Amino acid sequence: MAFGVANSSLPGRGPTPGLRFVAYAVLAIVLMFLDKRQGWMEEVRYGLQAATYPMQVAVSSPSTAWDWMRESTRTRDALRVENNELRTRMRDLELRTMRYDSLARENAKLRGLNAALPPVAEKWLVAEIVHAEIDSLRPRVLINRGANNGVFKAQAVLDDEGIVGQTTHVGPWSAEVILITDPEHAIPVQIERTGVRTIAVGTGNEGELALPYLPGNADVQAGDMLVTSGLGGVFPQGYPVGKVLEVHREAVQPLAQVRAAPLAHINRDREVMLVWFREAHPAAPVRDVDGRDLPNGDPNAKPQMVPLKPGATPAVSAQPATGPNASGARGGTAAPGTGTPATGTARPPAASGVGPRGTVPVPAPTRTQTTTPSTGAPPATQPAPGANAPTRAPESAARTSPPRPTAPAQTPTSPPPANQPAQGTR
Amino acid sequence: MSRVPRGWMVFTTFVALFLTVLLLPKWLDAVRPAFAVLTVLYFSITWPRAGGIGLGFFTGLALDALEGPVIGEHALVLSTIAFIAVWEHQRIRSKPAFQQSLIVFFALVLYEFLLFVIDAWTGHPNTDPLRWLHTFSGALIWPIAIALLERGHSPR
Repeated sequence: MAFGVANSSLPGRGPTPGLRFVAYAVLAIVLMFLDKRQGWMEEVRYGLQAATYPMQVAVSSPSTAWDWMRESTRTRDALRVENNELRTRMRDLELRTMRYDSLARENAKLRGLNAALPPVAEKWLVAEIVHAEIDSLRPRVLINRGANNGVFKAQAVLDDEGIVGQTTHVGPWSAEVILITDPEHAIPVQIERTGVRTIAVGTGNEGELALPYLPGNADVQAGDMLVTSGLGGVFPQGYPVGKVLEVHREAVQPLAQVRAAPLAHINRDREVMLVWFREAHPAAPVRDVDGRDLPNGDPNAKPQMVPLKPGATPAVSAQPATGPNASGARGGTAAPGTGTPATGTARPPAASGVGPRGTVPVPAPTRTQTTTPSTGAPPATQPAPGANAPTRAPESAARTSPPRPTAPAQTPTSPPPANQPAQGTR
Repeated sequence: MSRVPRGWMVFTTFVALFLTVLLLPKWLDAVRPAFAVLTVLYFSITWPRAGGIGLGFFTGLALDALEGPVIGEHALVLSTIAFIAVWEHQRIRSKPAFQQSLIVFFALVLYEFLLFVIDAWTGHPNTDPLRWLHTFSGALIWPIAIALLERGHSPR
């Protein structure tokens, strides 16, 4: 019996191999469970990333040295040619930027905003790829920026052409980036031409994405541009992702088979950009709170009311959002079509039918009362239940009872002054 | 029985890890032998009391940190392989090199199969047939690996 042989040849020095193996195996399984199910291993991963970073740098040093040598032995002519190319490119980009500025101004005017919004990207940081796994099964890259540079988990990574991926594990000096071509990665996209939203998943082939969830009759054709749709909480809206290569439709298949190519030079990049976005920007990705979904049954959320016709007698005046409910600053982004930039003061009553500036009435109460996820507002800005209760109570009371003396009914002919304080807060 | 060459053990393990993550062209990457597994197998067979299971565990942990999707996956599989090698060390050691290669081949297949199963359980299924290719190259390289690893210590 093999077991007996092994035991007899290992006379009692410490625990037997069997006991040791069981201990290590249990430890490994516990580690796997913690890492997979609980996500408690972030700190450990942080440490491991720090510990293995020198090795990864050492491993990639031969290719780095080779690149450096090639770079430093380039001839003057080659550099001059490249310089010319770069100058031409810069001029092109400047021209394009000029046009973009005028477009942004025009867009702001159309939306009734006083000034164009600042770009959604607040700051960015160039990171170098220090290690790449060519393994087609796990195409990940390691970049030389980490938590010490402010990098966080699930941060968007771009290059000059489009989206590259997002960070998955962040160490102190390095971060692992999952590429959009990874079969475990999916990115919410929109077809730029038609606005159809779908999801692009990686295929494991470098340079190929798949759009597996488009119905057979969806309006998509080769050459369509894919941009990020802003859903999903990682990527902002409107950044280029890829280009549709081929659409394959079969009569028996309910879904179209669509292949796309990423625009970013995913396997040729040496440098990528990490981007931080303005949280309050309408195009910014919507982040979950503490990694959790929004709570169900938000007490502040109410369905929108159908706006009454101007002739009808309004039963109630909408309660404007004031005071502690400081969501007015975001109200301007929530309903930009009203043409009334929210200032934190009273909104026009929705039921009046006529806004203070004679604009189209918008069923505003729910918008101003709550910060909907689409505004990019973290629910942390929602007022505490205690602060919110007084503003809500009279509203619900007034809906079922005649107007109280303290809360005079507003008629279409007498809209309230825009800065009237909330009645409920008295 | 000679002393266990601890320094040599640690050094070769680091070299094996280095070779495991070294950037290689794609075609070479597919046939890259699992150097870390071969090293752990060698020390488990040659010095069954030198803590081959622990070596397997910590080498696996390093592999997990370097390229594993789940921490603990390689650690579990490598300590399992090391345990089997320690149990059977006398049988394996008495075999000629060719038969040892065959045993190593089966050990590598078991290693890859366990990884395959855990990958599937933890939601990273990977059915690429290329992942089995390194079992052959590992078995072929085993005699060379033994010859190299034996140089670092006095014959036992």
